This record gives sequence, structure tokens and C-alpha cells, in this order.
Amino acid sequence: MEFFLQLLVNGISLGFLYALSALGFVMIFKSSSVLNFAHGELLAIGAFLFLVLSSWANLPIIVAFAFTLIGSFSLGFIIERFFLRRLIGEALIEVIMLTVGLSIMFKGLLLFIFGGDIHNYRQFLPEGLSITWGSIGIPSVYVASFIIGILFLILFGFFFKYSSQGIYMRSVADNQPAALSLGVHVRRVFALSWAIAALVCAMSGIVLGIINGVNVHELSSIGLKVFPVVILGGLDSIGGAIIGGIIIGLLETFTGGYISTSLREVIPYIVLVLILMVKPYGLFGLVEIERV
Amino acid sequence: MRKLQFHPCGNFRQTYREEITIFETDFGRMWVLIGIVLLFAVIPFISSAYMVYILNTIGIYAIAAIGLNLLIGYTGQISLGHGAFFGVGAYAGAVLATKTGLPFVLAVPAAGLVTAAVGMVFGVPSARLKHLYLCIATLAGQFILEYVFVQWEGLTGGAEGISVIGTTLFGIDLGNDRVFYFVIFGCLVVMTWIAVNLIRTRFGRAFIAIRDNDRAAEGMGIPIFRYKLLSFAISSFYAGFAGALYAFYMISITPEPFNLWLSIEFIAMIIIGGLGSIPGSVLGAVFIVSLNEILSNITQYLMNVGTSSGVAITIAPLREFVFGLVIILFILFEPKGLAEVWRIVRSNFRLWPFSY
Repeated sequence: MEFFLQLLVNGISLGFLYALSALGFVMIFKSSSVLNFAHGELLAIGAFLFLVLSSWANLPIIVAFAFTLIGSFSLGFIIERFFLRRLIGEALIEVIMLTVGLSIMFKGLLLFIFGGDIHNYRQFLPEGLSITWGSIGIPSVYVASFIIGILFLILFGFFFKYSSQGIYMRSVADNQPAALSLGVHVRRVFALSWAIAALVCAMSGIVLGIINGVNVHELSSIGLKVFPVVILGGLDSIGGAIIGGIIIGLLETFTGGYISTSLREVIPYIVLVLILMVKPYGLFGLVEIERV
Repeated sequence: MRKLQFHPCGNFRQTYREEITIFETDFGRMWVLIGIVLLFAVIPFISSAYMVYILNTIGIYAIAAIGLNLLIGYTGQISLGHGAFFGVGAYAGAVLATKTGLPFVLAVPAAGLVTAAVGMVFGVPSARLKHLYLCIATLAGQFILEYVFVQWEGLTGGAEGISVIGTTLFGIDLGNDRVFYFVIFGCLVVMTWIAVNLIRTRFGRAFIAIRDNDRAAEGMGIPIFRYKLLSFAISSFYAGFAGALYAFYMISITPEPFNLWLSIEFIAMIIIGGLGSIPGSVLGAVFIVSLNEILSNITQYLMNVGTSSGVAITIAPLREFVFGLVIILFILFEPKGLAEVWRIVRSNFRLWPFSY
């Protein structure tokens, strides 16, 4: 029973991390329908930027955090402006391969600068955050990631529901020509969504970096883990991403705990194929009915 | 005897026969013949051992790239699992040769057929899924197949892999690179010929119709799902065929090479070569394999310099950086690929000095 509970807690914490890293992905997909294969690298760039600013340049944590967010916001903007914008209206395969190319390029660059080793942040989270409950312990980072996740979910909920930019984004996602004809600045919406997504990625990357240490390979492989998560939840639903993340996290820890550790890495993809066959638009995704 | 054909000044086609012809002029046919003669009678005898190795790799990858181009470039179904299919072919070939003792001539096509069956299984989601959903489904297929390669130890030998030794073709020992060259390029020529002709048949035209507008294609009476599955099967057959050649050529295979990176390289080949162009796939394979070789030679050279001066040890990742950059530059500046560049160069020569 205790083993079960520990697995449950681990699974939910892991799932929350997945959900947190999937948020940026969903942001981009929701507004511009771009499948971002460079997602893991965006996480890694954010994490490394924070590493450089906080540990190497020794800035205060808050300042380093703020500069990281500003930096990745601009990076997202630049990526959209110089790469993605030229491909608006092009075939899907070209857009996908562009993000694949970006991911390879960023990964090479990060490996070139930082190497393949694990780097660690200096300790800055207060110890009091950790929760102990009988024999089951939740470390403070997980609690922090949980708080950040919830905070962001609420923030984005309000952003999409009430702010004018959020409404523009939803309108563009829903029907691009209609949004254009109603005077929505679609290109600005794309740029903004990439910038915000990169910002969210940086934040998730920092949280992941606090937990596992900052490593290029690990962070970029999480970029691929995002696919089962978002498909399960529905590609365009932020709430769905959270629930999908938790389901995938639980699935992984339970498979790892009870069946076999090697199956753990593939089980999300097996579930992914099954879901795509049964319910292609995920649990909470917008269903587009189209018969061919 | 009919007249020699030259390029007309404009599009004066009057029959469908002219429309689907492969060689527009007799010069095109002549150049292809010259190319084939060079390929088999000159190049293998003047190349160094290292060049022959690179050419063989190019030939194998080109076969797989043609298959992928039939799927992505002609049918419009994106697959991120081509590297894994290539692996399925390699394992199928190796297993058939070692466990059942099938001769090389039969083992390679049989491996292709096995892969075609596997490809059809992963093509089934295309019944319901389009575009990026299909793309993600095939991505999942890639990971699942990779897992099977490592875990099904009874058949694949797990992480240690399988080795196939002493391959012979009609009594000739294929252990020699130069001998294998003829096998690979013989296959490549035949497979290219089949692909080029396939596009002209009703199957090929149905593929193109599905790519251009699937709803209209359905409306015109093309059973879409069957043709999509067929396309998956043909494309996987090519991948499996190439994979089996790879297994016999490399002698021993392990699960590592057949990862997502290989799938991405295949897609890069057809994008850089030109989507929807058979010669483009071959050009793309030439480009990517050469780029890989050049980059690894440069990094190796720099690393040797680096070890003596103690600076540039971590130069190796720059190879990935350049690779990604090349893909991006091609997509941004020449999305139709090398096939288009080749066409432009050719027409510039033809129209010189009066190009318009």
C-alpha cells in the first residue's frame, strides 16, 4: 500500500512536470497550429539562460529570473519573425521540418557551449515548502512546481478569456480568414503567442532544471514526451494538457513500478497510438468533424 | 525512324501520352544512358575504397528516400517512422538469412515484403487521421518499433544485434565493397525505374490526387483509405528493401542506427532533394550523406588540432548545428529542393544567351 501511495505521489508530481512543460506547446498550437518539434530545446535554452545568469553571473535569483523571462520572450519573438513567418500558408511538412531543423540547430549550439554534462543551480528554494505525510515525502521543488503550475493555469485562463490579446488568439485559432477580415492582426498574434510560449517554456525548463539538474539531452527528450501528453488532453486545451500530463505521469510510474522499467519509456507512445485510433482529438480537444 | 526530339519553345503537348512521358527529349534519354554507363563501368574502378564506401551508403539511403518520397511527396502522408521501417527491413533480412538460411536474392525482397506488412499496420491510423495527427502517430510508431528492436531479444538479439556473415550472390562472395557496389546500384536503378513508372500509372495518379485534395479524390471515386495503405506499403517496401541491403552490407546490425534521427535524415533528404521528385530523392541522399561525411571529417580534423592545442575538444556538436542550419536554409530559400535548382541551372544553359 505504501509503495502504491508513493508511486501515486511520484506519478502525480511527474505528471505535473509534463503538464507544465506542455503548456508552451499548447500555446503555440492553439494560435498558429504549428507542431513545435523544437519545444524541448526551448525548455533547455530557458534553463541554461537561468543557469548562466544565476550561477555564473551571480545575479540575485529574482533578477536572474526576470532576465531569463525577458530573454526567452525575445527569443520566441525572433524565432517567429525570422523563421516561422515566412512559412505561413506553406505545407505542413515544411513547417514541421523547420521546427525540426531549429531543434537540431539549438541542440548543437547548446551542446557546443555547455557540453553534455549535468549542471546544477545553486540552492535557493526554502526548505519549509516540502510536505511530509507519514512515510511519504514530497520534496519542496515539486510543491513549488505545483504552485507555479496552478498559478499559470489560472493566469492563462484569465488571459484567454478576458484580455483582448487572448481573445484575438482564440479567434485566430478558430478561423484564421474570419479573424483577418474582422481586423485581427494575425501576424502579431502569431509573434505574441511564440513569445509567450517561449517564456512559459523557460519557466518550465527552470523547474525541470531544479529537479533533475540542467542537461541538454534530458530536456530535449522531454520535448518529445510532450506529444503523448497533449494528444491525450487534446492538442488545443490547456486544462487537457494538465490532466493528460498527470495521466501520463501516473502511467509511467506505475508501469515502472509494477511491470518493467524498460516498458516505462514506451508506454506513453503505445497509449498515444491507441488514443489516436479511438478518439483522435483527445479527451478535451476541439472536435473537427471532417469525413474523407 | 522517327525524328530526334528537342525542347519546343513552349508547351505544345497534344496527347496524354506526351504529358506523362519520362524523357521529353532524346538528349535526356541519352544522358541517362551515359550516366548509367559511367555509374557501372567507370566510377567503381576509379574510386578509392573510401569513396566506394560512401557511394554504397548513398545508394542504400537513396532507395529508402525514394520510398519516403512516394509517401510524403506524392501521397502527402507524413511519416516520421521511416527510420524504424528501414530498421525493420534490416532485421527482417538478417533474421531471414541467419535463422531460415534464405539466400541473399530472396532475403532482400522478402524483408521488403515483411516491412510492407509492418508499414501497413502503422498506416492504418491514416484511415482516420490526417496531417499532424498522422505525423504524431507515426512518431509513436517509431518509438514502439525501437523498443521492439531492443526488447525482442529472441529474434533481434537485443542490444548486441545480429551479424550476417558470408553473404553470396549466385556464388559470388559479397564481402567486398566493390562487388557490393554493383548490387546496390543495380537495385537502385531498378527501384528508381519502378518508382518513376509507378507515378505514371493510375496508382501514381491516384496518389497525387489524394495529396492535392483528398475530398475531391474521394468524390472522383478513388477509395482513399485503400490507396493510402497501398502508399504506406510501397514506401515501407522500399525502406525495408534498403534496410535489408544495409544489413547485408554492414554485416552486423544493432538497434542504435534506426532511431528518430535516421527518420529525420530521410525527411531531410527528400525535402532538400525536392518533394515529389524521384531524381530529387537521389540528389537529396547524395547531399545528406556527403554533408554528413564532410562535417564529420571537419570535426575530426578540428578535434585533432584541438587535442594538440587543447582548445576545440567540444567542436563535435557544431556538426549538428550545421546540419540543422542547412535544413532550415533549404526550407526558407529553396523549398522545392535540389531538383528545382537543377532544373533552373539546366534551363539557364539551354536558353543561354537569350534567357528571359
